[in-house]
Amino acid sequence: MSSASQTDLPLAAPHGDHAHGDHAHGDHDPHLAHHFDTPEQQMTSAKLGMWVFLGTEVLMFGGLFCAYSINRHNHPEVFAFAAESYLNVFWGTLNTLILISSSLTMAWGVRAAQLNQKRLLVVCLILTLLGAAGFMVIKSIEYTAKWDEHVWVGKWNQYNADYKGSEPEAPGPALNAPPTPVMTPAASPATPSDANAGQDVSMIKPRYGGPSGLAAPTAHPNESIRESSLNERVRVERYRSLSDSEQWHVSAFFSCYFLMTGLHGLHVLIGMGVITWLLIRAIKGEFSAEYFTPVDLVGLYWHLVDIIWIFLYPLLYLIH
Amino acid sequence: MKMAQSSEVPAPIADDIGPHAPEGAHAVPRRILLTVYFALLVFTAITWAVSRVDLGQGNIWIALGVAFIKATIVALYFMHLRWDSPFNGIVLIAAFFFVALFIGISLLDTRTYRPNLKPTPDSVISP
Amino acid sequence: MSVAQPIPAPAKVDNYLTHDRGFMSWAFTLDHKRIGLLYMGGVLTAFLLGGTFAVLIRTFLLTPHAWMFKDKVQAHLFYNNMFSLHGAVMVFMFIIPAVPAVLGNFVLPLMLGAKDVAFPRLNLLSLYCWFGGAIFFSYVLLGGVFHAAFGVQWPGGWGLDTGWTFYTPYSTNYASGTVPATLGAFILGFSSILTGVNFVATIHTLRARGMAWFRMPLFVWALYATSLIQILATPVLAITLLLITAERTLNVGIFDPHIGGDPVLFQHFFWFYSHPAVYIMILPAMGVISELISVHSRKHIFGYNFIALSSVALALLGFIVWGHHMFVSGQSNLANTIFSILTFSVAIPSAVKVFNWLGTLYKGSIRFTTPMLYAMGFILLFTIGGLTGLFLGALMVDIPLHDTYFVIAHFHYVAMGSMLFAFLGGMYHWFPKMFGKMYHERTGQIAAIIIFIGFNITFLPQFVAGTKGAPRRWAEYPEQYQKYHVMSTCGAYMMTTGLLIVAFNWLHGLMRGRPAPDNPWGGNSLEWHCPSPPPHDNFAVPPVADDPYNMGGWEYDKTIGGWVPRSHEISPSETAAAGRTRPVSH
Repeated sequence: MSSASQTDLPLAAPHGDHAHGDHAHGDHDPHLAHHFDTPEQQMTSAKLGMWVFLGTEVLMFGGLFCAYSINRHNHPEVFAFAAESYLNVFWGTLNTLILISSSLTMAWGVRAAQLNQKRLLVVCLILTLLGAAGFMVIKSIEYTAKWDEHVWVGKWNQYNADYKGSEPEAPGPALNAPPTPVMTPAASPATPSDANAGQDVSMIKPRYGGPSGLAAPTAHPNESIRESSLNERVRVERYRSLSDSEQWHVSAFFSCYFLMTGLHGLHVLIGMGVITWLLIRAIKGEFSAEYFTPVDLVGLYWHLVDIIWIFLYPLLYLIH
Repeated sequence: MKMAQSSEVPAPIADDIGPHAPEGAHAVPRRILLTVYFALLVFTAITWAVSRVDLGQGNIWIALGVAFIKATIVALYFMHLRWDSPFNGIVLIAAFFFVALFIGISLLDTRTYRPNLKPTPDSVISP
Repeated sequence: MSVAQPIPAPAKVDNYLTHDRGFMSWAFTLDHKRIGLLYMGGVLTAFLLGGTFAVLIRTFLLTPHAWMFKDKVQAHLFYNNMFSLHGAVMVFMFIIPAVPAVLGNFVLPLMLGAKDVAFPRLNLLSLYCWFGGAIFFSYVLLGGVFHAAFGVQWPGGWGLDTGWTFYTPYSTNYASGTVPATLGAFILGFSSILTGVNFVATIHTLRARGMAWFRMPLFVWALYATSLIQILATPVLAITLLLITAERTLNVGIFDPHIGGDPVLFQHFFWFYSHPAVYIMILPAMGVISELISVHSRKHIFGYNFIALSSVALALLGFIVWGHHMFVSGQSNLANTIFSILTFSVAIPSAVKVFNWLGTLYKGSIRFTTPMLYAMGFILLFTIGGLTGLFLGALMVDIPLHDTYFVIAHFHYVAMGSMLFAFLGGMYHWFPKMFGKMYHERTGQIAAIIIFIGFNITFLPQFVAGTKGAPRRWAEYPEQYQKYHVMSTCGAYMMTTGLLIVAFNWLHGLMRGRPAPDNPWGGNSLEWHCPSPPPHDNFAVPPVADDPYNMGGWEYDKTIGGWVPRSHEISPSETAAAGRTRPVSH
């Protein structure tokens, strides 16, 4: 019960004890905070703190993966249809390769900082930044295509037939007339409107615009930026092969898609900002073999962003 | 104290980063970085290739399995866990474990209550 | 014959309160002690706010038909807002931060023998997050007030009437102030996460020499276990709240069954956080109680290893029982059964602790100081709360009891009867250390007894009412429950009186209390080895840790009304003034 292993004791040393090596660290080190005794202790602490924070990020994305799992379990045909019809495996794979490469350059950058290779560090950080930028460019290509194909979130998704606000487009062949909702003969005696009698209905936001036709996806003005390689007829055929109720649930895929890639993209953007900050500091020569902690920590964050994408890629793009 | 080195120091296999570095710091050797990188590329190709083959339920498990392997090598080598204090790795494993727990039990619940739902007659979509 | 020399008064030592002056030195402080005090101000204000809502609720419920309002629609709207805001403010702004952020921030580095937490700037950011979240909640609250008074509708929504649980589809489709309220809770969640990150790193890397893991005070173990939960659970709350906001603003549809979503999914998300959250609330409180029981009965804690490991066990087991909040939400029978069985497992670590505390009290030298009164109250009330939790965990018993007053009574026994009592006890226990002043003991004791009796009068009848079917969250209720409500309300007023006396007690102590000795209670954990109040850097020389529950090295000194190290006359303040924290011989 008493002081069992000494291995987990912190490297606390009283002030004035310069027992490590033959140089004076401690109070002269501008990077050493006043409440730490040695740079090692500070670095260990910083790394641990960063790992714990990464744990929280895993849990946060994990929630979204849970939503994905349940949605995919509930609507497997929808997921297969939407992924095959609207997601371009080429862009997804390219993004994966770009992120993996940026992970390599980031890890190399950390190594460069540790070895006092300032120029290499700067180069690595720039390459990482370029990789991130490339990722975001491809992401915006994908998102623009989604917008053009009327499969955005909420009411901008043509499959969200709740909303009368589905984009009215040039008249084209109707994709499919949804089954007209009818009241079953065994309808409840009171009409729904009576339930709200006397209430302040202004607080109730109407959700159902009544039956609405699905707007036909129009031909793209710019055919070359079409996201999916399938032509429109195949897409319509696949849509029709979904069961009647599933035809109304296509939005389930896109809610997952946009939430997951959106949150991930936000993290990439934040990462770009932080790496830029690192780059500026690296150019100014602030990192060296004795002090490279920020590079290390940002590297950890960036690798986690990569890991999350490693999971997103097969789950979103490679559904068949 | 910054070393005035402008060219890359030829690195031995176990990187020694000099007397001024914090104790315990260790630079990942280049060979390992590149090996892991190529492994990641190979695994990505495997993921893509396997997805073209229809293995039914197996597809998603293989995809997840390969993704796990990729994540593991990124964590161990790029993120330095191989040479770090084990607690850092425990934090990551614990996080994944709890995500798995969350997904597992919620999915179990969904699987077992969905059959009990009254099926929506196709003629009535909105109430 | 020489006249005995008068003992020289100790030199006035600079402490953390006087170290730096001015608003900026507080607003941008990196000192964990000051941050703890700032949290204290915020958290106590939140408690006052939440408590006001509670008193309004209880007053409202005096009659079965909303006597306070003529217009029934307004009455219901008011009531729904009251219980929702009471819950949200209390849970997110008071209970979760109270012990870790106030007492933990102040005491943890002192107990570890450190100069500060591992990341002081992150600590300050946590504090700012707390205030940021508070601003959002204030927006919602004021919006509700303005709407009620002037009919004004604030942008983004006003008022909160979904209950603190934000269940879909009401929160995503209809209710008004959900977006700012969830954003407020989101920001408060970050305060919690960052505190957890800080504490884990601090406990791992900043322990004093000699402080192995099993030599740490149990409060530290409790904070460590709490931090684990904060780190693992709160991010799921964060994503849940983001999803509600996305659902409302972008109509993403993830919880909307008409476009393929699942409203019960929200409940899985919400409770995956909120059940571990209740262990965030209770674990630090239990840590405080371990300290109080041991020190105020001057006895080594009984079963140290068991209490330490049961804290971690409780933290981990708390993650696998969330479905017991969803027994009647349409969860499958299989999941229901699994969760019900697992729920019984979380009772075990809690019971282990209770028995160990009782073992500590047995043959101890118990002094009925105010902290001890709260600690003893805790043991009784936590036992009641915990046992009634077992009732609710049993699947078939929960079916009729769900959403009745039984549930309300249960969680008030554990959240208020236990956590609040531990918080108050901890505040009293460390009051002399924080402020260098003693509070008036007799007043504190009387207030504690009033609160205890008032609490039981408030919530015991609610158990009975619940078993008779009294539904919760109803503004108007069937006539037969009125007697229980009236009893409850009388108890609430009594409790409020007691709490006001506590507030007065503290203020009076702050202004007129006698100077506190460095170690008023005779404890041996490291915070008692530095002056009261501590200097800016806590310890002039890093202390060496001893067994924190071995109090034999202290003896009582009548002249200062506190404890001094045995066999040596110099008090810690003088030792500090001389540049050493501990006497040489001990």
